[in-house]
Amino acid sequence: MRKLLIIAFKDVLLIFRDRAALLFMFLAPFALTIGLGLATGSFSGKSNSGILDLPIVIVNDDNGQLGNALVEMVQSDQLADLLEPEFLTDLKIARKMVDDNKTVAVVYVPAGFTNSIIPNDVTSHSTQIIQLELYGNPSSPTGVGIVRNLLEQFFSEVEVGRVSGTLAVTQLLESGAIDPSQALKVGQAVGELQTDTQVGTSSIKLNNVTAAGTEVKFNMLALLAPGMALMFLMYTVSNGGRTLLVEKAGGTLPRMLISPTSSFQILGGKVFGIFLTGLAQLLILILGTTLLFKLDWGAPFAVVVLVGCSALAATGWGIFLAALLKSPGQVSAVGSAIMLIFGILGGSFTNIAIMPNWVQWISRISPNRWGLDGFTTLAMGGNLANIMIPVIALLIMAAALFLVSVVLFSRRGIGKE
Amino acid sequence: MSAILEVHNLAKSYGNFDAVKGISFEIHEGEIFSLLGPNGAGKTTTISMLSTLYTPTSGEATICGYSITNDTMAVKKCIGVVPQDLALYEDLSARENLSFWGQMYGLSGKSLKIRIDEVLEQIGLLDKAKLKVKTYSGGMKRRVNIGVGLLHQPRLLFMDEPTVGIDPQSRRAILDSVKDLNKNGMTVLYTTHYMEEAEELSNRVGIIDHGDLIAIGSQEELTKSVGETDTLILHVGEETNPETLAEEVRKIKGVLKAEVTDHQVSIITPTAEELLAQVVTHANNLGIKIKSIDIREPNLEAVFLNLTGRALRD
Ligand SMILES: Nc1ncnc2c1ncn2[C@@H]1O[C@H](COP(=O)(O)OP(=O)(O)OP(=O)(O)O)[C@@H](O)[C@H]1O
Ligand SMILES: [Mg+2]
Repeated sequence: MRKLLIIAFKDVLLIFRDRAALLFMFLAPFALTIGLGLATGSFSGKSNSGILDLPIVIVNDDNGQLGNALVEMVQSDQLADLLEPEFLTDLKIARKMVDDNKTVAVVYVPAGFTNSIIPNDVTSHSTQIIQLELYGNPSSPTGVGIVRNLLEQFFSEVEVGRVSGTLAVTQLLESGAIDPSQALKVGQAVGELQTDTQVGTSSIKLNNVTAAGTEVKFNMLALLAPGMALMFLMYTVSNGGRTLLVEKAGGTLPRMLISPTSSFQILGGKVFGIFLTGLAQLLILILGTTLLFKLDWGAPFAVVVLVGCSALAATGWGIFLAALLKSPGQVSAVGSAIMLIFGILGGSFTNIAIMPNWVQWISRISPNRWGLDGFTTLAMGGNLANIMIPVIALLIMAAALFLVSVVLFSRRGIGKE
Repeated sequence: MSAILEVHNLAKSYGNFDAVKGISFEIHEGEIFSLLGPNGAGKTTTISMLSTLYTPTSGEATICGYSITNDTMAVKKCIGVVPQDLALYEDLSARENLSFWGQMYGLSGKSLKIRIDEVLEQIGLLDKAKLKVKTYSGGMKRRVNIGVGLLHQPRLLFMDEPTVGIDPQSRRAILDSVKDLNKNGMTVLYTTHYMEEAEELSNRVGIIDHGDLIAIGSQEELTKSVGETDTLILHVGEETNPETLAEEVRKIKGVLKAEVTDHQVSIITPTAEELLAQVVTHANNLGIKIKSIDIREPNLEAVFLNLTGRALRD
C-alpha cells in the first residue's frame, strides 16, 4: 500500500511540473469559462445570445396576481437567456410535450391558485390550497433543476408558508417519489399541515411578488464553469493514462516491475495518481471560480462528494484508454477527441435537453453529463439527496471501466514480455 | 566459491526468432563476470530474463538460491539492475529520483537519506543533486541511472552496457566505480561490446553471439584457446577494396584467419612479425595503400574473431 501511494504522489508531482499539462488543466477551463461567460453576457447582466434557451411550457389557469407575476417573470429580459417559454391553455397537450421530449418542464398554475393563498375575503378562510404543479422531463434533470430553482426564488419572496407545501410537492414529483396523479393528494396533506401552523399569520406582500420576478437571477457561470471543468478533467485523465504508456516506453515502468513491487501496486499507484490529479484539478477550479467569479457551487459536502465521483469515473476512462491503446500518441489523440465529444455530449456547450433523444441517450456514457447534472442541481440549491442519481451513475461507470481495464491488462500484461 | 547465479539452458524467443538459444553459465559470489558480445547478441534479453522482467521461453536460472520463474520477489530483492537505456524521471532531480527508487526498494526514512547521500557521493553528483535530470549531460544521467541500481546495496548487480555513448572521462569513472563496488563485496554481471572493458574488469568472461554462449572462462583460458597467436591489423585507405587483400593474405603460409571489417584487415597468425613484409608486398602489388599497422598480443578480440570469423567492433 505504501508503494502504491509513493507511485501516485510521484505522478501528481510530475504533472504539476509539466507546464503544458497545467495550461490545459487550469488555464484553459478558466479562459473558456470567462470567454463563454462574456459571450452570454453573464458579466454585463445583459442577455443576448441565449446559450441555454430551456424550452418550458406555462399553463396558467389562475387569472390571479400570482399566476400573472409568474408569467411576467418567465418573460422577463433577465431570463431571456435561460428560458424559451411557451404558453398553452391545455394541460394535457402540455404534458404530452414533456413526454415527447419537446420541452424541459411544464409549470401548471391551476385556477384559483392565487385565491387559495391570498384569500379575497379574510373571513372566508379557505381550507383548501390549490397546488402549483411542475412536470419535469426526467431526461433533463439540469433543466428541471433550473426551473425549480426559479420557482423557489419566486416563492421565497412571497413569504407564504403554505407555498412551501407546493414546492415540497414539486420536489417529490420531480424526483419520481410520487406519481403525478397522487401529487394533489400528497400536496393537500402537506399543505394542510402547513396551513395549520400558518393560519392568520401570512403576511402577503404582493408588491414583492412582482419584484421577485424582476430580481430572479441566474448566474450562467454556474453552468459554464462545471461544464468546462469536467471537459478538461477528461484531458487530465487521458493525459494520466498516457503516462502509463510513456513510462512503459521510457523504461521506468519496467524498472518498477523489476523492483520488489507487485503489478497490483504499480497499476494501483498509477490509477490513484490519475484520480488525485483529477481531484486536485476540480477542487482548484472550484475554489478559483468561487473566489474569482463569486460563484456559489452549492452545499460544500455534496460538492466534494460529486467531485470525488466525477474524478473517479473520469479516471476509469483514463486507465481504460491506457489499457486499450498501444502508444502514448494514440492515447493523446483519442483522449483529445473524447474530451471534445464528451464535452459536447455532456452539455458543456449546449443544453442537451434540446438535442435528439439518441444523443441524450449516448451522453450517458460520459462522466460530463452526470457530473454536470449534479453540479447544476447543487448550484441550484440541491443537496446530497438530490444528486444521488448522478453519483450512483458515476460510481457504476467507474467500476465498469476499472473492471474492463483490469481484464485488458491481465491479458496484455502491463509491461512484461 | 559458491555460485550466486546459475543459468541452465535459458532461452527466449520473440515469435519465431530465437534471441537467446539455451545458454548455461554460473557466476561466483564476489566476481565480476562479463557478457561480451556485439549488437543484437542477446545480452539485454538475457539480463531481462534474469531480472524477472521477461519470462524465459525455456530453461531455468537461480539467483541467490531462488528461482527466477517461481520466486520472483526474492530474486528482485537480491539483485540491482542498471538498464542499458536510461530509466529515470527527467522532471525530477537526481535526489528525487534516488528517493523514489529507494522507496520502491523498501528503503525509507533516515536510512534512505543516508544511502542517497552515499550514492550521490559515489556517482559524484552531490553538488548537482537538486537539479532536474533533464538538465544533466549524457554522462551525468548515466551515473544517476547507475546510482539507482546501487541504492539498496544488492548482492548481485546487473549492469547492461553502462558506458554506451558517453565521454571517455565518465567512462573511466564508471569503470573505476565498478571495481570499487566489487572490492566492497558486490558481485557484478557486466555486459558490453567493448573488449577492453571486459578485459579490464572481469574475472571471467562469457562471449555471446547470435543468442549462443560460444565461449566462457577466464581471460587466460580464452586467449590460450586461440593459441600463441597475434593479431595483425592493417588499416587501409578508404578508396581501396580490402577484400582482395584479405584473399591474397589467406594464401600465405602461417595465416590462420584474415577478416575484413570496414577499412581494416585483421589477420590472426602465430608469426606476425615474419609475415609483415609479405603482407606489405601483396598490398603494394594490389595497389592498396596501407595507412597503419597494429600488432596485438592474444586478446578477447582475437578469441571472438577466431570463433566467429567476424570482428567484435560495430
Ligand atoms: N521485444 C522484442 N521483440 C522482438 N525482437 C527483439 C525484442 N527485443 C530484442 N529483440 C531482438 O533480439 C535480439 C537480441 O536483442 P538484445 O537486445 O538482447 O541484444 P543485445 O545483445 O542487448 O544488443 P545491444 O548491444 O544492441 O544492446 C536482437 O536481434 C533484437 O532485435
Ligand atoms: Mg542490449
